[in-house]
Order: sequence, then C-alpha cells, then structure tokens
Amino acid sequence: MALDFEKPVLELEQKIAELSKVEKTEDINIDSEVMQMRVKADKLLEQIYTKMTPQQKVQVARHPERPHCYDYIKALITDFTPLAGDRLFAQDDAMVSGIGRFEGQACVILGQEKGSDTETRIKHNFGMARPEGYRKAQRLMKMASQFKLPILTFVDTSGAYPGVGAEERGQSEAIAKSIESCLRAEVPFISTIIGEGGSGGAIAVATADRVLMLQHAIYSVISPEGCASILWRSGEFAGEAAKALKITARDLKELGIIDDIIAEPVGGAQRNHPAIFQNVRESLSKHLAELMQKDADTLKKERRQKYLQITR
Amino acid sequence: MNWLTNFIRPRINSIVGTSKDVPDNLWVKCTSCEGMLFHSEFKENNNVCSHCGHHMKWEAFDRLAAYFDDGKYKEIKVPKVTEDPLKFKDKKYYSARLKESRAKTGRQDAIIVASGKIGGQKVVIAAFDFFFMGGSMGAAVGEGLVTAAETAVKENAAFIAIPSSGGARMQEGMMSLMQMPRSIVAVEMVKDEGLPYIVILTDPTTGGVSASFAMVGDIHIAEPGAMIGFAGPRVIKETVREDLPEGFQTAEYLLEHGMVDMVVPRAEQKDTLARILSLLMEPKQTALKAIA
Repeated sequence: MALDFEKPVLELEQKIAELSKVEKTEDINIDSEVMQMRVKADKLLEQIYTKMTPQQKVQVARHPERPHCYDYIKALITDFTPLAGDRLFAQDDAMVSGIGRFEGQACVILGQEKGSDTETRIKHNFGMARPEGYRKAQRLMKMASQFKLPILTFVDTSGAYPGVGAEERGQSEAIAKSIESCLRAEVPFISTIIGEGGSGGAIAVATADRVLMLQHAIYSVISPEGCASILWRSGEFAGEAAKALKITARDLKELGIIDDIIAEPVGGAQRNHPAIFQNVRESLSKHLAELMQKDADTLKKERRQKYLQITR
Repeated sequence: MNWLTNFIRPRINSIVGTSKDVPDNLWVKCTSCEGMLFHSEFKENNNVCSHCGHHMKWEAFDRLAAYFDDGKYKEIKVPKVTEDPLKFKDKKYYSARLKESRAKTGRQDAIIVASGKIGGQKVVIAAFDFFFMGGSMGAAVGEGLVTAAETAVKENAAFIAIPSSGGARMQEGMMSLMQMPRSIVAVEMVKDEGLPYIVILTDPTTGGVSASFAMVGDIHIAEPGAMIGFAGPRVIKETVREDLPEGFQTAEYLLEHGMVDMVVPRAEQKDTLARILSLLMEPKQTALKAIA
C-alpha cells in the first residue's frame, strides 16, 4: 500500500520497472540508466522520510504493512508460549501475552496486535483491548515478579476498546490497575512503541523503566482526528492537531517522555522488516543488560521516581 | 439586575458602590427537572434539587467546608509546574485559555488541596474544580494529587480524592497522559504507609481521570446520577452503532456492575466519610497506642 506523499518515489519506481522490461539493444545502456534512477529513487525516499510532517508520520505509524506485535515476537522471541485469559471473564486476543526467551533470557511478553488481514484484524479487534486484556496483562505482570522474568511490551493500539460491554466490565478500572501493576513490577520493564501509542490503552502497558519508540511511531493522549474534532470542531484539522500535540519520537524524547529512539530503515519499517527487527533487537539488548544490573527495590523505586519527575 | 445597573459602567459602579440587598441569581433552575429553586435554599441543600434530588455541580470550596469538621481546613499550596509545555495552540492559545479560566475561577488550576479533620480523623483532600477547563488533568492537577499524597504521608492522614473531570488536558499532549501513572504513584505512596485512600466520584469522572487514580481507591463513593466511565457515550455509540442502555455510565449503573462501593447523596456524605475513616483508622491507632 502506497501513501499519498510517497507518490514521486512510486512514479519513479514504476518507470524503473517499465525500463527494466525493455529489450536490451546496443544503442542505449539501459542498465546504467536504471541504476541511476534507482539511486535517485532511494535518495528521494530518504528525503521524503526525513521531512515528514507529524500527520504523515501518523499514516506511516498506522501503515498496514508495518510489522505488528506478532511479527516482532516471531523475529525476536524463541520458545514463545502464549498464555490466555484473565481468569475472570474471557480471553482477549487484542492483547498478546505469553512467556518466551529474548537473547536466551526468559521474559514475559505483552503487546497489542492489530492483525494483518480482515480475518486476523477482526480476531484481534484491531488491537483495541477490552478490560479482560488489561486484566490478563496484570496477571502476567504479577507472574513476572513471582518468577523474576523481565517484562517486554510491544505497544501498537489506537486505544482501549470503547464499547458497552467494555464499560460495563470496568474498562477504566482495568486500565488503572494495569498501570498500578506496571509500577509494582519487581523486574526490569521495557516498553517499545512500535506503531501507534494510543492514550490510556497504551500507557496501561507502557509505564516502564525504559520506553523505546520507533523513529516513525506516534504516541499521543488522543488521536489527532479526535483532538481536531473537539478543539477545532472539525476532523479536517487533524494535521494541525497532529503537529500541536507533539506526538513524534523526536518531540517526545525532547520532552523526556521516552528514553530512546530506534532508527527505522529508509522508507520506514514497513519497507524492510529484517532491518527493523535487527535495530529493535540491539536496542532491547542494550537496555535490558543495563536494567538486569539493578535489584527489585531499585527498579521499582527508580520507576516511580521517573514518573514523579516528569513535568516537575 | 435591572436595566439601570446594567447601564452603569463598572468603573462608575465601583466608585458609587453597590450595596446589593438582593442577589443577582435569586432563583436557580434544576438542570434535570427544570424546577425553580430558591437560591439560598439551593445552597443550603448543597446544590441538590429539592424537587427531584438531582445533584448539580458543587463548588469545591463549599464541598470542603461541608466535609471538614466545623468547616475548618487549611489550604495546601501546590508547587508551580512548567506551564504550557507544548506552546499549544488550536483555535486559541492554550496560555490564553489558562488566563481566562484563572480570571473566571480565581484559581491557579483545576485542583484544590486541603488538610483538616473529618470526624476527628486527619484527612488530606484533593478536590477538582470542574469550572476550570472542565476539570481536565494536566501537569498542575497531577502536581496537586502528588502534593496531597505527600502531605497525607507526612501528616499520617487519610487521602481523599474528589474527581470532577472530563479527562486528560489535551492541550498538554503527552504531558497530560503522563499524569495517569504519576497520580497512581501518588496513591501508592499513601497505600505503602497503610493509610486509607478514598475516592468520591462526582459528575463527571471520565477518560484518563477515571482510568487512573480515580479507580484504584480502597473505597469508592459515587454521587447520585454522576456520569462515570472511560469512553464518552458519543464515541461508544459511533463504535457499536446501537443505542446505549438506560442509565448507562451513571453512578447507579457502576454500583450495579461492582465498580463502586456505594452511591451516597450529599446530605449523608460527611457522616459516611467520618464513619469509614474511623473504622479504617482507629484499629491502627489503638494498636500503636498499645505498643507505646
């Protein structure tokens, strides 16, 4: 799927494809022509991606071909063993959860999965968790402390599910208690915002020792569309809202809300999955190694202190 | 107010002086049953309609005076925070909105912190002011909650939070979202000391406020008819594309679904608080005395 602002690159790529099909004659050197255009296309892509507006980042962050939670688990976690259910009401497939190994270290893994086709999107409720998802997360976070397993979360959600049943069963309470569980965890806790960090639904599993964010991911208190319709009284101002809300990785690093930015390959994570998996792996290893040096009390104390100090 | 007082300019008015024997708002209209209420009686009745029992918005200071013993309490100053961290502007500058709200309410932000006694027990209250930007939670409100919790720990007092808020303050972007974990850290400090944390959920308690400190209380008391929920009814309706059940997201609905301990009308709130506080705090105090 192509994004509107990527058009110039796509046009070039189309031309390259056409040229490549042309039968070779001795008169013109098509190969060198194609090579030149290839270089030009790559340069253009890089230019476009370094100059992206916040609203364009929103589009990239939500790109359907970006790797999702399960893709990271498949690439980075061995022995992954999914665990289901909140032991109270239901299993929520929007919240992926289980235990597995990262670089040999046994961990608890949590994250929202958006799905990659119609069938899986419906199965995972488009990555919007219900109270059961957050209660399952709480259960696993407690278990993590019990067995001294570091917690890794992969955050990618437009938000917690706004439904009648979700409200009935205490969506607010489930999120609040999930944040509380994050703060009580007695093990290293790293959250990676891989795509969309949607408000309360995200922070519920992203109150962590280290919050890492992919270069083109977004993290926001409200969707730009929602903010525009409230403050500008029209969804048409989503671009202005995206800019004003400061939702990009660079802005949030400056504000001290995230701890590290993970670089994406040229043209975004959706263009090169192996490259982004490698970058995430390196960043996670580095931060986990640092956190593993600290004992339970220190981790808990510093995590609390970190959140107390934000905005102070 | 009549046409003459309307006509006289404020400056002249201030020179001449206006000794008003009759208040401007002699009558109040109930926002639920539309019945007319005599202002002084309405005030005396804690802003509750005497016709239908509807609980209307209640000024934070009036609430504090009603809860604390003999109406006496000490207001605790909330340290200043970085203002307008994003230099936010929508149709209007956020800084201008803040200025306006300050002029309107005479308050620095949407929270008041006070300490005193209820039923003889030491208490620190953090009360929201809905009239200040819809009680929305930004850094200043978060700081108020942290200050209240720290004071409670220092004074060995119970902590009572009284939200009345639409949720996070969008104009502070992610800084406002960070108040969710931040406010829960505040609550954790109080819980670590074995001190009670009580939440009085008033109209409205929604969004990031309900999904953080407001839902982790040892005891949840809700005001009759208060709207309490995570997502707004409009958003839910658009998502599920069906009509919402009767009384959806009201205090009574939450009681029925096990999310609050009780729904208590204003007239009984002080006594209820005093009773709960003595039940929760006395055993600890007597045990300590016995050891000493």
